[in-house]
Amino acid sequence: MKQGSVSFDLGKDASLVLRFSGRWHLDKDLPPATELIRALDTSPAPKRVFFDTSNLANWDSGLLSYLTETDELCRMRGIVADRAGLPTGLRRLLELAEAVPEKKGTQAQPKRESFFARVGNATLGGAASASEFLAFVGQLTVALGNLVRRKARYRTVDLIEVIQQCGASAVGIVTLISFLVGVILAFMGAVQLSQFGAAIYVADLVGIGMVREMGAMMTAIIMSGRTGAAFAAKLGTMKVTEEIDALTTMGISPLEFLVLPRVLALVLMMPLLCLYADFVGILGGMFVGVAMLGLSPGAYMRETISTLTMANLLGGLFKATFYGVLIAIAGCMRGFQCGNSSSAVGDAATQAVVMSIVLVVIACGTFAVIFNVIGI
Amino acid sequence: MEANSSSQAAPEAHIIVRDLTMAYGSFVLMRDLNFVVRKGDIFVIMGGSGCGKSTLLRHLIGLKEAAKGEIIYGDTNFTTAEPDQRERLLRRFGILYQKGALWSSMTLSENVGLPLGEFTDLTPEQIRKIAALKLALVGLKGFENFYPSEISGGMQKRAGLARAMALDPEILFFDEPSAGLDPISSALLDDLILQLRDSLGATIVIVTHELASIFAIANNCVFLDTETRTQIATGDPKDLLAHSRDPKIRRFLTRAREGEPAQDHV
Repeated sequence: MKQGSVSFDLGKDASLVLRFSGRWHLDKDLPPATELIRALDTSPAPKRVFFDTSNLANWDSGLLSYLTETDELCRMRGIVADRAGLPTGLRRLLELAEAVPEKKGTQAQPKRESFFARVGNATLGGAASASEFLAFVGQLTVALGNLVRRKARYRTVDLIEVIQQCGASAVGIVTLISFLVGVILAFMGAVQLSQFGAAIYVADLVGIGMVREMGAMMTAIIMSGRTGAAFAAKLGTMKVTEEIDALTTMGISPLEFLVLPRVLALVLMMPLLCLYADFVGILGGMFVGVAMLGLSPGAYMRETISTLTMANLLGGLFKATFYGVLIAIAGCMRGFQCGNSSSAVGDAATQAVVMSIVLVVIACGTFAVIFNVIGI
Repeated sequence: MEANSSSQAAPEAHIIVRDLTMAYGSFVLMRDLNFVVRKGDIFVIMGGSGCGKSTLLRHLIGLKEAAKGEIIYGDTNFTTAEPDQRERLLRRFGILYQKGALWSSMTLSENVGLPLGEFTDLTPEQIRKIAALKLALVGLKGFENFYPSEISGGMQKRAGLARAMALDPEILFFDEPSAGLDPISSALLDDLILQLRDSLGATIVIVTHELASIFAIANNCVFLDTETRTQIATGDPKDLLAHSRDPKIRRFLTRAREGEPAQDHV
């Protein structure tokens, strides 16, 4: 069906009549206000506006919004709008919309801040977030102290469940990623090294690369996305449903009850996953070595074992454990800081992943420098 | 019903709120709150939507810190109490949250049993029995091994009440107990609250704006007003209805609209 229309008749003694006809529904494009404005702005200017709805078939909020706009335009020009010609239902709705006067200062002003104000706010926000992080680490340290003194309250069942979630359940994805990382490392080396006839050194490259850096790093990144986000979402939802409040008011520290098992689980599982990732990565390298470079598996393994030192291995595992602590802290902290809505839970999960990956990469760089200085 | 039928002639003050100011940052929500909840009272915090009823409750249970003033429980000043003193006090509270706030990863039995396991020396078998008993008290016999997501909203609320009663609290706090319940369930909950008060002798503090509940169970109240940002009345709601001349209170208690005269009785 066609959309209805409106025509403007300039009558005697400066009156303007709006004649509505047809069907005024929201599902079709509504007539623009430009014609109405033109009609209102003719000279001599109309003093009163009347409505004629005798040809109006039916209407919904589409007509109502047009009339509200007409009203507004008339009021701005000091023109009186006479609603007598409108159907009763429409008149009542218009009155209802005007019944409560607009409350001053409630309309959120879209703020445009200057560049400097935004930089300043971002800096202050960063500083606040850093101090929140330190405060959280402090509280966690107190909780760990209670754990050592066997005073911490948490359920072993929860610990086991989290260990299951971030340990055994993560093995599949860790296998896939580490194998591929091993393959990539081997390819990178193979192209250059085989030019010198030193293809066997691919084993050294992959072995040291995986064990020192990539094993821990890739596991940490997988766990940030997998477990860090899950921690933030779970704790954030518990915040929204007042479950965390319920713990607090029962005299049970949510930090001990919820955060400790998660930190412990990651501290226990990260080195194991990292060790496994190292091994699978080396297998990936060996796959390339055997399939492409024609090395024998035995020779590849011997070369790998001869080049790896205990320091390499322990350094990697230590880093993985440390990354685990960072991921758990970032996830749990963002969950605790979650706002009171479902979209806040999503934000918390996103922020947790971003924060843990940033922290892991910063820590990785710092460790590289420290290990270099102390000569590991 | 006599106002204090279940307690002595001159019941002692259980909760004293003195000059309490509640604020979010620099925005003052309510100032100069002063009231006393006596032992055995069923005390209602009432007022229009968004006036700070739930925030006042959060102050009373220590989830928010007072901007000014103090809250005193018996002879303990809650506002200035040391953390471990505060924790001991919290253990004497039972709190029913608006949405139940049952721990979603635990069964109903584990929910009710958790505080027992943490704060008593009972064996797991005894805890399981007590949890079943508390669930039976709120009409949830046989639901011990259900998870909160598997039962209806009204049942979640009752399970929340069972958890709140786990440690036989001296003071029970309810945040909008009848929100989201049908009139019959909500009346049943009112009966349950009355029975609890009479049999446990607990003091009960309720945030609500359900008039039916207010007149059915409360014997003391504080009325918060959004416009003046403070309390405008305290006392028995039935007395307020009978004697108060404040148009705001009369309108609230008789559900009259602005401009209409308040009816004399509901």
